[in-house]
This record gives sequence, structure tokens and C-alpha cells, in this order.
Amino acid sequence: MISPVAPAVGSRVVRPPGELVIEIEGVTKLYKMGAEIIHALRGISLQIRRNEYLAVMGPSGSGKSTLMNMLGCLDTPTAGRYDFTGKNVAHMIDDELAEIRNREIGFVFQTFNLLPRSDALHNVELPLIYAGVPPHVRHERAMQALANVGLGDRVHHRPNELSGGQRQRVAIARALVNHPSILLADEPTGNLDSKTGVEIMALFEQLYEEGHTIIVVTHEEDIARHARRVVRLRDGLIESDGPVD
Amino acid sequence: MLLREILRMALSSLGVNKLRSILTMAGITIGVFSVIGVMTTVSALRGSIESGLSFLGSNMFQFSKYPTGITLDGNNRRRIDQRKNITLDQAQRYQKLMEDYTDVVCLKAFYRNGAVQAIYGNHKTEPDIQFVGSNEHFLAANQFSIGIGRNFTAADTDLGRPIIIIGQEIVQKLFPSESPLDKLIKLGGRTYTVVGTLAEKGSAFGQSEDDLAVVPITRFLSDFGSANASLNIATQAPAQERYNETVDHAITAMRIVRGLRPEDENDFELYSNDSLIAAFAKVADAVRAGALVISGIALLAASVGIMNIMLVSVTERTKEIGIRKSIGARKVSILMQFLIEAVVISLLGGLAGILFGVLAGNGLALMMKASIVFPWDWAAIGLIVCTVIGVGAGLYPALKAAGLDPIESLRYE
Repeated sequence: MISPVAPAVGSRVVRPPGELVIEIEGVTKLYKMGAEIIHALRGISLQIRRNEYLAVMGPSGSGKSTLMNMLGCLDTPTAGRYDFTGKNVAHMIDDELAEIRNREIGFVFQTFNLLPRSDALHNVELPLIYAGVPPHVRHERAMQALANVGLGDRVHHRPNELSGGQRQRVAIARALVNHPSILLADEPTGNLDSKTGVEIMALFEQLYEEGHTIIVVTHEEDIARHARRVVRLRDGLIESDGPVD
Repeated sequence: MLLREILRMALSSLGVNKLRSILTMAGITIGVFSVIGVMTTVSALRGSIESGLSFLGSNMFQFSKYPTGITLDGNNRRRIDQRKNITLDQAQRYQKLMEDYTDVVCLKAFYRNGAVQAIYGNHKTEPDIQFVGSNEHFLAANQFSIGIGRNFTAADTDLGRPIIIIGQEIVQKLFPSESPLDKLIKLGGRTYTVVGTLAEKGSAFGQSEDDLAVVPITRFLSDFGSANASLNIATQAPAQERYNETVDHAITAMRIVRGLRPEDENDFELYSNDSLIAAFAKVADAVRAGALVISGIALLAASVGIMNIMLVSVTERTKEIGIRKSIGARKVSILMQFLIEAVVISLLGGLAGILFGVLAGNGLALMMKASIVFPWDWAAIGLIVCTVIGVGAGLYPALKAAGLDPIESLRYE
């Protein structure tokens, strides 16, 4: 199948990997579902460096979502080590995790997850509010972030007044506004038509070239092909880890 | 700074469910309204009642068989009914015993044979004027003064002359175009000569004090019978410094004329302006206590309403909470957001209650001719209580919101 979202690999920019951002060592995660214990992750080791563009792939039930929640510091491992920029987050309490999410991680969700009653500007300002950035600085930075994703003229629109692609751009602006170490996207094109999906992936490519570190979790090969490195999961284990072929 | 943002968020989310927010506030409003309304009315009335109750002259106190109208306890009723009347004989012996202290002793008896009307030729008054028997000290004891003509003299009382002093309302009804002096008028089937009129006094508690007719008490008792009459005895101390001394002496004198043994209780009431004001204060306290209980119950119900609506709100906004947490909101930020929402509901409701309560209370006070007051103390207490209610009712829902798992709540649809 020839996909419009898969340009030739040879022509792409590959930036040299920087220092270690994420280091995972022998991480497992157990869930109790009633009487049953589910091994979502069975022992995963992974290193991600600055300037990487990584895709995490796997069928449903492979532990992909669990890994993403853990990478995003929404969850902590049952066992194993997780260092985020040298800090051990495996045993952090909720408020410390919130601090990491606020300053180090920018989330982009499949369903955008914007606050429906707030305009684009307020949505983008929100991480800065929780970071305690003063109003005029916050305002300026949010405006800049929206301009960077091409929505400089839509700042006072509410999510329901924006198209799907525009909503995802707002979400990306929100993810980047606090200058995080990584951009963590979960099926970012899953709720978009293919043309808009292409645009969003082009934006990711641009962000990567500008120097952002990006992790995309997806089950679509076409999306994964945009990354420079692919980690494939199966049954809670890493099946393969290598550059995009 | 973050607090200001959180306050803004709380206000904007209240605006989303305007009707729901207003209905929730209404409970608080009713509770605060009832207490502020009553407190305003009582405060406004207090001033006018205290001046209205000062119907006795300065340094005066009064003995009577019955306590004054304002009383709470009905259980003494039987004991009071069994008291013997204060007779003219007793009153005159009391007067004599008090001679060394004061000359100003006002005896007073009320007309007890039903409603009474004053008649002069074709002119008639309302059928229910106030008609009393008294002596030359009536004016001083009741803070009246003579309009035209003269006051009674000691001789008028001693001799029981058939003369009368009448108030301005009666003057206007009976003598619209002539002088009332030396005219003969009829009251209760008896004829009296008008010797004087009372200067206009106005009204207290909406009741006119100018529809009053006074005849010498000796005449009054012989005309209308002394069998059922119990006299009030008002006594004026010669000076403020000698007031307590005079009261002590007067009580002894009363006990003597009433023939009480040392072990007997007083079988008469003593009251003064102060005791009347204290009696009012007692009633006012009871009304206040009632209002507090009612508003307490209303506020309790309202706080249950707030807690309920906040729990609904937390459930409805689970997704929003998840989003906020995923982008770095700490527990305390989420907690404060919902807590402040509850407090804002409660405070806005309370402010509305204060506003309506002050308006209603002053409206009521104005109808009773009292002056406008603003009960700052109760308003402040009201706002503090509303804050406490908001925190109390919002705490559990807010804790629930703050404790939500970010992954679970992000999945919530």
C-alpha cells in the first residue's frame, strides 16, 4: 500500500541523539482486575535520548497504553527503575509526578482533551497557570505557541468552533507551551481524516527538525513510519527496537 | 496568583449551570434571610421601643397587681390572679407612708366596664377611648402636659369632684368649633365638667395616646365601683441619687399596706422604664433565638444541597479533572478549585440573603415607624457562617475530585 504520509526515508533529516532523557530498566506493571492479575508489562528496558523521534507500536493488549502512561508519569511501575532526566520517578508521590508532567512532558491525545468551555488561548495557558507563570508572560507565551502551530488568528475560538485538525494543533500548542523535554503523543491522528492526519504529522516532522524530542504511540504503520526509531511491543515485552526501515 | 486563577475558573464554571447554581444558592439565601431579617427588625425596633417604653417620667417606678403586657411565662398566671386588688385605701396609706420621701405618687385605675365613649350633645367620639381615674400627678407620671385649662389639684381628688381632663382626639371630636373648657360631657353614663385638655402626644406602637380622658380617682371609683378595680401606683423619687433608696422604702411601705408577713413574697409587681426595657429585651432574645434555630435548620438543609450539587459536579467533570491533572495540576489545585466553587455558591447565596433580609427587616421596621439600621455584626457573622458552610459542604466533594486517578478520569466519557 502506498501511503501519502510516508515520504522517502533517505531524504529526511536525522538529528544526532543528545543526552539521556528516559531510562527504563526491567519495568513491570501488574493490574488487579477483580480476582485476576494482569501483567501489562513484563520487564521492559528502554533508553530514549534528546532529539529522538520514537514510535511505540503494538496491537491492543500489548502494553502500549500502559507504557505510555508510565512514560508520561501518569502512572508508576510495579517494579523496576524509571529515571526521567536523571530523576527517579518510580517512587514519586502524586504531586511530584504532577510537577514532572507540568514541566517536562507535553501530552497530545487522540481525543484532543481540550477544556470545552475555554477558548484556545486559555487551554494553552493552563499548564502555565499551574506552573505559576505570571499573567502577562503566560499570555505572551500562549499566543506565541498558538502562532507556531498556525492558529494565531483563532486564539479566542472555543474547541467546538474549531475543526479536528485545529483542535489537535491547539493541543500541540498546549503540550509545547511549557518547553517540555518530550512531546508524548497518543494516536495523534486517530480522530482525524487522512488529509488532516498528514498535516498533523507534517507538523510533528517540523517540530522534530526544530529540536523537539517526540514519542508517538500508535498502532498504525503509516504513522510509525514518520519516526526515526520504532519500538514494537507484544504481550508486555519489547519485541523489537530499531531504526525505521 | 494561582488562587486568583482558581477563583476565576470557579466563577466561570458556576456560570455554566446558572439555574442549578442559583437554586443551590437559594437555600443559603433563605437561611440567611430569615436570621438577617429578624435581626434587622429587632435592632430597628429596639430604638423606638426603648423610647416608647419610657412612658413613665424620670426617676419613676410603678406598683401594680399585674405585670406589664410584655411577659413570657404563663405559669405565674394563676398565682397572680389570686392576688388581692390594690385598693384606694391601701394606695392612700402607701401615700402617707411615703410622705417623708416624695409627694409625687400617682394613683391610676382603668375603666373596666367594657368600651366607653364620650358624648357632648350630638358629638360623639370613637366607642373605645381610654378612660382612667387618677390624681394631680398623672401628668408627670405619664409624661403628659396640659394644653389649655388646668391640672387637677389635691382638693379635686380629696373631694371627688366630677371634673375631667381630655386628650386632643376627644377635643377634636366633641368640640370641633368651640372651647371645651367648662362644658359638660358624658362618659359611661356619668357627667363631668371639662377643666383642661392634654397637649398632643402622638402615638406609640401605632396606638394613639391622645384619645384619653382622666377624672379624679376618688370620683372615678365611686362612679364605677371599686370592687373590681386594682390601682397602679407610680412613685417618683426626689432625685436620681435617691432612687434606689426610695424604691427600697416604697417596697416596705407596700408590704405594710398589703399586710404581708415577713415570710410572704411580694404580692405586687414593681416595674420601671428599665424593667420594661429588660422585658422587651427578653422577648427580643426569644425572637432572636427562634430565628437562629430556624435559619440554622435552613442552612443545614442548604449545605446538604451544596454538597449534593458539588458531588454531581465532580462526577460530571471527571474528564476535565483528568485533563487538568495530565497537564500538571497538583491535588491542592483541584481541591481548591472545587472548594472555592462551593464557598462562592454559599457566599453569593449569603450575600443575597443579607440583602433581602436587610430590605425586608427595614421595610417592616419602617411600617412600625422605626428608623433604618444595617446589622453589620449579623451580616459579618452571616458571611463567616456561609464561608464555613461552603468549606464544610465542599470539602468532601473537593477531596474526591483531588483524589481521582488521572488515567481513569481521562478515560471517563
